[in-house]
Amino acid sequence: MPIPPAILTLLLGMALVLTGLWVGQNINLLPVDASSNAPVYDELFKVLFSIGTILFIGIVVVIVYSLVRFRRSPADSSDGVAIEGNLPLEILWTAIPAVVVLFVGIYSYDIYERMGGMTPLNDHGMHAMHSEPADSRTWAGISPALSTDANAAPALPVEVTAMQFAFIFHYPDAGITSGELHVPLGQPVSLLMRANDVIHAFWVPQFRLKQDVIPGQPTLLSFTPTRPGRYPIVCAELCGPYHGGMRSSVIVEEPETFAAWVAQNSPVPASPTPVAVT
Amino acid sequence: MTLSLAPETAHAPAPSLQPQGWLRYLSFSTDHKVIGLQYIVCGFLFYLVGGALAGAIRTELLTPISDFLPRETYNEVLTLHGTVMIFLWIVPVVNGGFGNYLIPFYVGARDMAFPRLNAVAFWLIPPAGLLLISSYFIAGAAQSGWTAYPPLSITTPATGQIIWILSVLLLGGSSIFGGINFIATILKLRRPGLKLMQLPMYCWAMLGTSLLVVLSTPVLAGTLVLLSFDIVAHTGFFNPAMGGNVVVYQHLFWFYSHPAVYIMVLPAFGLVSEILPVHARKPLFGYTTMVYSIMGIVFLGLIVWAHHMFTSGTPPWMRLFFTIATAFIAVPTGIKFFNWIATLWGGRIALNSAMLFSCAFIVNFVFGGITGVALAQVPFDIHVHDTYFVVAHFHYIVYGGTVFVIFASIYHWYPKVTGRMLNEPLGRLHWLLTFVGFNLCFAPQHWLGLNGMPRRVAEYDPQFQLINQFSSVGALLMALSTLPFLINVVMSAFNGEIAGDNPWRALTPEWLTSSPPPVENWKGEAPLVHEPYGYGVKPGELNLAATSGRELWSLGQDPGRGPNRPL
Repeated sequence: MPIPPAILTLLLGMALVLTGLWVGQNINLLPVDASSNAPVYDELFKVLFSIGTILFIGIVVVIVYSLVRFRRSPADSSDGVAIEGNLPLEILWTAIPAVVVLFVGIYSYDIYERMGGMTPLNDHGMHAMHSEPADSRTWAGISPALSTDANAAPALPVEVTAMQFAFIFHYPDAGITSGELHVPLGQPVSLLMRANDVIHAFWVPQFRLKQDVIPGQPTLLSFTPTRPGRYPIVCAELCGPYHGGMRSSVIVEEPETFAAWVAQNSPVPASPTPVAVT
Repeated sequence: MTLSLAPETAHAPAPSLQPQGWLRYLSFSTDHKVIGLQYIVCGFLFYLVGGALAGAIRTELLTPISDFLPRETYNEVLTLHGTVMIFLWIVPVVNGGFGNYLIPFYVGARDMAFPRLNAVAFWLIPPAGLLLISSYFIAGAAQSGWTAYPPLSITTPATGQIIWILSVLLLGGSSIFGGINFIATILKLRRPGLKLMQLPMYCWAMLGTSLLVVLSTPVLAGTLVLLSFDIVAHTGFFNPAMGGNVVVYQHLFWFYSHPAVYIMVLPAFGLVSEILPVHARKPLFGYTTMVYSIMGIVFLGLIVWAHHMFTSGTPPWMRLFFTIATAFIAVPTGIKFFNWIATLWGGRIALNSAMLFSCAFIVNFVFGGITGVALAQVPFDIHVHDTYFVVAHFHYIVYGGTVFVIFASIYHWYPKVTGRMLNEPLGRLHWLLTFVGFNLCFAPQHWLGLNGMPRRVAEYDPQFQLINQFSSVGALLMALSTLPFLINVVMSAFNGEIAGDNPWRALTPEWLTSSPPPVENWKGEAPLVHEPYGYGVKPGELNLAATSGRELWSLGQDPGRGPNRPL
């Protein structure tokens, strides 16, 4: 007696789901994670990767199977069976994607909230002075209120100016202006970004963060670096002929090294640095 | 029964005014079949231009440094590539080309509702295309990408940008004329006795597409006019130096340009729905849900534009709304894909070139759809927005989706248009080269984007060189795949096997006339096709399970009555 098709289908489905889960967990397509929200992002990526793998392999297998199983020779001129629809089946394959999509949407909303994306932009101290209202409003971005800080140091403010074709980083507390972004490990950093000429975008792939830098509309980007190293800063918005060359680096270093760098580069000798040197 | 035809078509064959023979195809013909072919051939010539531009991009990206083209030229090339492929190849061919050829047949009319407007719509395209391409030689083409975001589009050389705006305005006008014509034809020129829910699915796809064209293209036109004021008259709509707002441009631009994706893929969905049942010898599965899902995509397609702006100036609540709306497009789209697979299931499938391209379309589009749902999620998008991941995603949609369907359609309808069959082995070679080349070119780009390569760059991090070279080899295969296709199309026109009127034994009305069809489509009265997908073994010869499904879906219709068979 042959094995009933329902059981074979069940087994194939289970194998498919397991394959998808395995692929999502074990195949890494992402660069190293270097900020506190990168692992959160990677969690979302794994879920999407698993669901996508299951769907894609499933559909490809069904198509290839149909093409092989139901192919006809050129001489054969018979017809298939005249099935014009199956309402319960169609309701089923409307409902399942709807539920999956809703789940993914709610889940990614949760991820986004953990990244600080849903925090209101304009109610934190850094931009509280309303001397120049048009310029002090932050238009978009990610606020520093990350869920991880309970007793962490206050965010390190850095002003970013993007221009054709460079990023300039200014540390208002220390009075340093630099072409590279130095940040201390584990301390939240808050970038207030302005563009001088055209739209640019500030992207650090290892931080999984990107924010457009828009002329006339200051934007905000906050992150907490978690892994020492040197990572590329890439301009991701077409900004002119040298767009591909508009790159810089972010250097994540131990707080002591960072403090030394600040002390070394401060224009006023022996000025008190904002970071306590322990 | 007589047709309510526009009176001018009665004079169409006047020999003194309209050239006959091949010269018709260079004339201001009002015959919808001539105009359809004009669109397709003209579009294909621009496809070759756009493909050459893509070749220049992939050659530049063989090495991580900018060494093949000057940097300004590279940006001109990528701008022209995007604009040519979208506005001169895909949109005109799947809408104007196949729409003009097929829609009058499908509604049982002898021509489109407004034949002269139709000819005007086509004849706007060659001058607009030549204008766009000539800008490269006159003053340098636009350098700001096909999106033309200000302030970059305001600060790059003005002549090229203005010519770009003019040609896109002309092409948008052509698109609107076509859209009005399709809506009028489908709704008002139907043969008496033919109900809307009896139309072939391509009519519904074109109705939905044309609604999108008419609703959204004027917004793009208005936006580009404002942008041209900013460039020429130094107004400040989008110029932040004069108090303008650059993000407003993005909202207006994407209000057209996201629906533009559906303007490119919905007709392809319709064409596939025509091709699959014929070659699988089965009715189209779930006709009614297909119709509703097209209309669902049209509605949702209008309210998702800001997902292109998740990293620009959008407030958090807006990001949330557009995430949910975008992800939900997967539901009606998924219905269509499951229905096509169910159409294949249990069929008697002919594995010919048309079927292979259609199935490759399903595979590619499912892949692009999955990455699309991922991109709809704000946190995911924040990392990969404006990277090669997005480049890969939309090429899976517009090339792996629509262009594959264009080729499937050419293999399917070539016998009708010319009266001769295409060479099948050459067609399969074309399919194999295209499928392998396409996936080799674009699949690795997902990894590039995830790992840090932004789009629209002439130079990149040297660690990405090997993967970029794979991608360029894929592009070369795609270029080579055009050769067997061109040889096939040209040779078969003269030496191909005689097709006969209906080589596929199809039931839709365009096959119920001679090949090629006469002027005004049918010698006698137009056939009344109530059941365009009435394939399948007759209920009397069927087992009970199959009959019940059929009866459920053709309520009240006599299942034994087939549409008029060919002579």
